[in-house]
Amino acid sequence: MPKLPTFDDVKGNVQDNVIWKSIFRPGSIYRKGYRDTSRDRALASMNNVLYHLHPVKVKRHGLKLTYTYCLGGLSFFMFILLTVTGIFLMFFYTPAAGAGTEIAYLNMRELSASVTFGQLVRNLHRWGAHAMVFTVFLHMARVFYHGAYKPPREFNWVVGVILLLLTLLLSFTGYLLPWDQLALWAVTVGTNMMGFTPVFGDQVQFVLLGGIEIGPETLLRWYVLHVLFIPFITVIFLAVHFWRIRKDGGISGPL
Amino acid sequence: MSEEITPDQSVYDRLIAEGKSERIARAKAKAAAVRASKIAEGATLGPKPPEEAKQALEAARASGGGGGVATKTAAPAEAAGGGGGRLTPEERAARVAASLGNGGNGGGQPASMGVPTSSTHTHRLLALVPPAGIQQVQSKQTDKVYTWPHLLLVEFVALLAAGSLLLIASFFLDAPLGSLANPQEVPAINKAPWYFMGLQELLAYFHPMIAGVTLPGVFVVMLMAAPYMDKNPSAKPENRKVANLAFTFFLTFWGLLVLIGSFIRGAGYAWVWPWVQGLGFTL
Repeated sequence: MPKLPTFDDVKGNVQDNVIWKSIFRPGSIYRKGYRDTSRDRALASMNNVLYHLHPVKVKRHGLKLTYTYCLGGLSFFMFILLTVTGIFLMFFYTPAAGAGTEIAYLNMRELSASVTFGQLVRNLHRWGAHAMVFTVFLHMARVFYHGAYKPPREFNWVVGVILLLLTLLLSFTGYLLPWDQLALWAVTVGTNMMGFTPVFGDQVQFVLLGGIEIGPETLLRWYVLHVLFIPFITVIFLAVHFWRIRKDGGISGPL
Repeated sequence: MSEEITPDQSVYDRLIAEGKSERIARAKAKAAAVRASKIAEGATLGPKPPEEAKQALEAARASGGGGGVATKTAAPAEAAGGGGGRLTPEERAARVAASLGNGGNGGGQPASMGVPTSSTHTHRLLALVPPAGIQQVQSKQTDKVYTWPHLLLVEFVALLAAGSLLLIASFFLDAPLGSLANPQEVPAINKAPWYFMGLQELLAYFHPMIAGVTLPGVFVVMLMAAPYMDKNPSAKPENRKVANLAFTFFLTFWGLLVLIGSFIRGAGYAWVWPWVQGLGFTL
């Protein structure tokens, strides 16, 4: 009977070929010959598109959980999670709410009744949205109390405030989509306020509602804002925000 | 240095005939003229042989470290460069002293290279270098660790913790879904999402233009302007009590509005206690 290959044999064969080596660059822990040396640790950060967000080395004090509480990172994680769950939800949702044919609301019912994991993913999306507003807000408070907005980081703070507003807008536009009583009237409160914008309040309200009151056009408009327009703007500002962290000398402090 | 030099016309013509550019020909013709005039004055051109260089150095030492007396402009350079090898520390010191011309020639006048003795200038301008042309290394030594594995490990654990917390919450708590939207039927309890409850609470006290537009606008502008208004360079909490106090006050004020709006407001946005009429709040 032929000898069965050991796990190490299989691992060696899988890792030691052209395809595998073309995917995992030097420094990847999945590449054959990774050693826990300074060189490979540096390459691990340098040769990975995702880890490249970080510099090769970071200040030691920034590692302490009680310095950042990972709040910025968690906000970004929530953003990713909301994107993923949101894409899933888009497969089962139609932003249509004409009188008598409120498909959007019917989709919400079907989502929890007959879509596999539909209710769970919707819950993740809903609670994740609240969590993101909360983590972004806490992140801002943390940055303020550390004086981390001081030169040269002033502009990144401004970008951060814009990102906070974008987060609120993302959450608020999503609030209307279930097209239930809760959504309709919560949004009514908000859009009534926008109508009081000085000088061109009526115009602002008209553009946002797609009419003089909340209706099917509003739903379509807010759907597009929610799934495309505001995420697009947010990604641009996120890129600037992350890039500026690096350019402004990494994490602030130590205090 | 100031006198006019007439370029050597024959050299110029020859180079032009060879097809050299006008600029090169002019420069070489000028250099030839300078060389010719130097030789006419009796100066030797090019590096000196080692023996002569040694002698020049001895002479410089003998004159008290100051060597700028005699040998015109290039004396120290010749003294040092002629040897061809590396300088000994003494030779280097002599060279520096010579170029500075300290104490060498009597009257306190610096016998520096290239500066006429009649000049009132005490230094010679060598070159103008823009600050940007000099590489400035300002980074201080800081205590740093590798991102992988130290930071990425912490981030991964935080991500797993937050993710599982959210998953557990989503497993047990269902997102609310009310009855179908009906524009004709205003619900008794009518509230915005919790993060806008501060605004809605302000709306109970002020005109909508103040509460809904002006105040939030001012808050946002103030927030964005914070780093430009706060001129205190210190980040230590003990040095920025005013800023921290102001921000804490702002957060508390806002948090209080959100809490009141969320939990102590009931039907018709009237002030009711949650233990009397129940919680009029939906996430």
